[in-house]
Amino acid sequence: MTDLTRLTAAELAEKIHSREVSAAEVTQAHLDRIAEVDESVHAFLHVDAEGALAAARAVDGALDSGAAPVSSLAGVPLALKDVLTTRGIPTTCGSRTLEGWIPPYDATVTRRLREAGLPILGKTNMDEFAMGSSTENSAFGPTRNPWDHSRVPGGSGGGSSASLAAFEAPLAIGTDTGGSIRQPGAVTGTVGVKPTYGGVSRYGLVAFSSSLDQAGPCARTVLDAALLHEVIAGYDPMDSTSINAAVPPVVAAAREGLRGDLTGIKVGVVKELGGEGYQAGVQRSFEAAVEQLRALGAEVVEVSCPNFGYALPAYYLIAPSECSSNLARFDAMRYGLRVSDDGSRSAEEVMSLTREAGFGPEVKRRIMLGTYALSSGYYDAYYGSAQKVRTLIRRDFDAAFERVDVLVSPTTPTTAFKIGERVDDPLAMYLSDICSIPSNLAGNAAMSVPSGLSDSDGLPVGLQIMAPALADDRLYRVGAAYEAAREPVLDRLPELKGAV
Amino acid sequence: MPNISREEVAHLAKLARLAVTDKELDVFAGQLDEILDAVAKVGEVAAEDIPQTSHAVPLTNVFRDDAVQPCLSQEEALSGAPAAEDGRFRVPRILGEEQ
Amino acid sequence: MTAVADLMDYAEVVERFDPVLGLEVHVELNTKTKMFCGCPNLFGGEPNTHVCPTCLGLPGSLPVVNGKAVESAIRIGLALNCEIASWCRFARKNYFYPDMPKNFQTSQYDEPIAFNGYLDVTLDDGEVVRVDIERAHMEEDTGKSLHVGGATGRIHGAEHSLLDYNRAGVPLIEIVTKPIVGTGARAPEVARAYVTALRDLLRALDVSDVRMDQGSLRCDANVSLMPKGESEFGTRTETKNVNSLRSVERAVRYEMTRQAAVLAANGRVTQETRHFQEADGTTSPGRTKETAEDYRYFPEPDLVPIAPPGEWIEQLRATLPEMPAARRERIRTEWQLTPEELRDLFNSGAVELVEATVAAGAKPGEARGWWVNFLAQEANSREVELTAMPITPKQVARVTELVSSGELTNKLAREVVKGVLDGDGEPDEIVEKRGLKVVSDDSALLAAVDEALAAQPDVADKIRGGKVQAAGAIVGAVMKATKGQADAKRVRELILERVGQ
Ligand SMILES: [Mg+2]
Ligand SMILES: [Zn+2]
Repeated sequence: MTDLTRLTAAELAEKIHSREVSAAEVTQAHLDRIAEVDESVHAFLHVDAEGALAAARAVDGALDSGAAPVSSLAGVPLALKDVLTTRGIPTTCGSRTLEGWIPPYDATVTRRLREAGLPILGKTNMDEFAMGSSTENSAFGPTRNPWDHSRVPGGSGGGSSASLAAFEAPLAIGTDTGGSIRQPGAVTGTVGVKPTYGGVSRYGLVAFSSSLDQAGPCARTVLDAALLHEVIAGYDPMDSTSINAAVPPVVAAAREGLRGDLTGIKVGVVKELGGEGYQAGVQRSFEAAVEQLRALGAEVVEVSCPNFGYALPAYYLIAPSECSSNLARFDAMRYGLRVSDDGSRSAEEVMSLTREAGFGPEVKRRIMLGTYALSSGYYDAYYGSAQKVRTLIRRDFDAAFERVDVLVSPTTPTTAFKIGERVDDPLAMYLSDICSIPSNLAGNAAMSVPSGLSDSDGLPVGLQIMAPALADDRLYRVGAAYEAAREPVLDRLPELKGAV
Repeated sequence: MPNISREEVAHLAKLARLAVTDKELDVFAGQLDEILDAVAKVGEVAAEDIPQTSHAVPLTNVFRDDAVQPCLSQEEALSGAPAAEDGRFRVPRILGEEQ
Repeated sequence: MTAVADLMDYAEVVERFDPVLGLEVHVELNTKTKMFCGCPNLFGGEPNTHVCPTCLGLPGSLPVVNGKAVESAIRIGLALNCEIASWCRFARKNYFYPDMPKNFQTSQYDEPIAFNGYLDVTLDDGEVVRVDIERAHMEEDTGKSLHVGGATGRIHGAEHSLLDYNRAGVPLIEIVTKPIVGTGARAPEVARAYVTALRDLLRALDVSDVRMDQGSLRCDANVSLMPKGESEFGTRTETKNVNSLRSVERAVRYEMTRQAAVLAANGRVTQETRHFQEADGTTSPGRTKETAEDYRYFPEPDLVPIAPPGEWIEQLRATLPEMPAARRERIRTEWQLTPEELRDLFNSGAVELVEATVAAGAKPGEARGWWVNFLAQEANSREVELTAMPITPKQVARVTELVSSGELTNKLAREVVKGVLDGDGEPDEIVEKRGLKVVSDDSALLAAVDEALAAQPDVADKIRGGKVQAAGAIVGAVMKATKGQADAKRVRELILERVGQ
């Protein structure tokens, strides 16, 4: 019998809907795989075997009774980043401060997944409150890259991408504030998409930086990502920044792309995202990818986005500023951790002691950085200037998209780095997101799709594709065409062992 | 430009309600200084006439109807509380005042 | 506990100093739901039952603006003669306080929805003072804490606190005046008159319950003094917790006398928050802040800007009721009232009732007389609000009609009104049931007249002899015999007829 964990979500859905296999069998196969390998990968913070199987059996029951599948992915299980609230299932955001918290409500994304019949296998590991690029900032220990257990799986959504690369789940949900879907996708050899800001509801997504956060699909193929995108996207009146417009035709675009013809598509190579500071293997992989796009019929031109060099500094002002405010609610009063409440201390003292104990160093660092950037004397020079840079970045994108349909760059300058290598050097860590951040600042859509292995170290590299806001379908058209022209990267994944 | 002192870090920590240790004060002072140095670069291009972008998508006037929606039950509301009493969240004595 | 502050005699205060006022009023809107979520906006309730993820500040929750609250804010702005922003945003005001679930208040900062307006305020003697409005902006209320274990149940000495977030997220409009200068000795009165006028305006707009006792209208009074002849403002204090109109006046007056004493002794007024003590009319200092608060305001990323279209604003302008000041002027001219009469009418809080009574057919003078005098006194002795008295303007109008047609005397009319108040029915039913109708049947009256004349033959003789004034005694006897239900004028005529005068 085929190993169910090796199939794509589209294949699984087809087998489930044709009753060749049951959703429960598929779910069980993945739960077994988790039990087998997750001790070494540590992609999951919480596995909800019972809930997942119950959801799978509900899908099977409906199909058995002759009902049509409730969605294109009904019965296909998935892994959910632990930053989205799940009623009745712990949600920790990788933080001590929320250890054991069981939300009394579902995020809109969670609700849509449940309604579409996707069993939730569990909650995936992440950098604490999504702050990081390596998943080492999780209070519950790092996730390991399935390609090399001594390396990081990227971050903040390292757990989601690693669960895909380790075949623990066929689909996963991530969130991307500065690259947290795309960069882990790149370094694990999987696909990750940051939809247009406002395309997927943020209701129930525990906020890191509200104006940048966006949930999106993670998968092993572009088509799978498109199918998942369609399930979670769409207008939500509970999120004021949700766009009230039709979801771009992403699935149709992916299918169109799979035909392998990019004639008529204009691709812009961003001059500023590459060259110095980029690993040679990454750079070569990117150049080969560009050649491949040309071979598929695309017209390729170089495009300059002169302000992209200011994106990283702007991001490291805006995101910490917003996070300093968003994380103020973790104060030991209404939920979450409370320490030192011995009856002698005031609420103020207990707040400060709990926040000190509940947050890790990166979170504290960003809270203090944001507090500083918003202070009355510094606001204009820091936060205000960063918001101006954001305007400039958007203008760069607007000008570029006047000339081309999509922009491309490497997703991240290097392949997966070693665990521990950058933890004490925040600035070096921040460089991981240098290519992905502009799209968060401007709100447009972007994808990372595997572009083979780096000839420097044999580790996966990602190709980033960027499209204008609300033109997410272009990512899928180009991404699927490119993917179809290449050998699947994950076929070269070394066999995972049960334990390190 | 910035040269952030231990005292300033202590002040920030107080504003942010973080009871940081002395050791952290030193570490954070050094790191914040370094980061602020790097991010101050935004000032190079932030000219007077450039508008600030606070929102990634240019939406306006998103309103909700004034219609009552279901609430959480008291039990659900208090389900995550570190301590509760008489249907309320129980917290240590409050010293400060409302603003 | 607190030292008694030195106070300067008020006459001396106003001789030596000019007061500067600044009033901040918070109004809870009477929308059905909260500012940013669909929880009911209700006063009280079982603790933590009007809450949802959003107003509890649960991780992941998001706000969505209540359109009705924006509408109310714009209407308030228009009524206060403000400009309405063509584009504005919400901001986050960051500070930690357990009553505030997110540890930031979603409020407007440098982009209020309404700004640069004024409110004309009429003082007791009819003088009109224009109070300039700086801004009116939208924000949200906090939850409430209960302090347990302290001697008085108050914050000081409490062992722990209990939090209820039912009120968290209730829509608030904060209305801030520009500095009010040049009011001199009348500053405390101006402060009260302003809050009164604002309350009446908000009530007319039907945007709030405006109950100071329940906290749906709250006033903070900023007061500073500057020596006569100077133009630079002195250091101000902000007095909170002023929970009635009378308290507004008392608090301002107290702060003036307290600050004057400090300044006269070459002291410096501390910039601080002070609390008003209802019991003795004093103010006491709050905790002095070690450092100036830094609220780190920034635009609320979870809410998009508000850009009210011009047509919407004009539609809302068309819904504005007659403004209290305009109404006052209209009533004065229509009913030809003296300044004193106008003042008494407005102070009685019976304007709507009198208007409705007039609309139901009563003459303005009579309607006013009933409500401002008789019914106001009755309300007072029954300890209910005049507006809550169990009698309708229509019923009052019917009573005045019965008096004008001669069917009731004024005295009987009062009895009928009391009957209505006691729940005995409609005026006509009461007249009927109690037989209160003026006895106008001559034959019944004649019998009583004859009886009275027979009982007092000496008086009858006097009348016959031309001493017409003596008839008064007989009239009295007839009235007594008819229990006051006779028309005294007719009785007199009958007496004179009977004795052949
Ligand atoms: Mg305020
Ligand atoms: Zn609510």
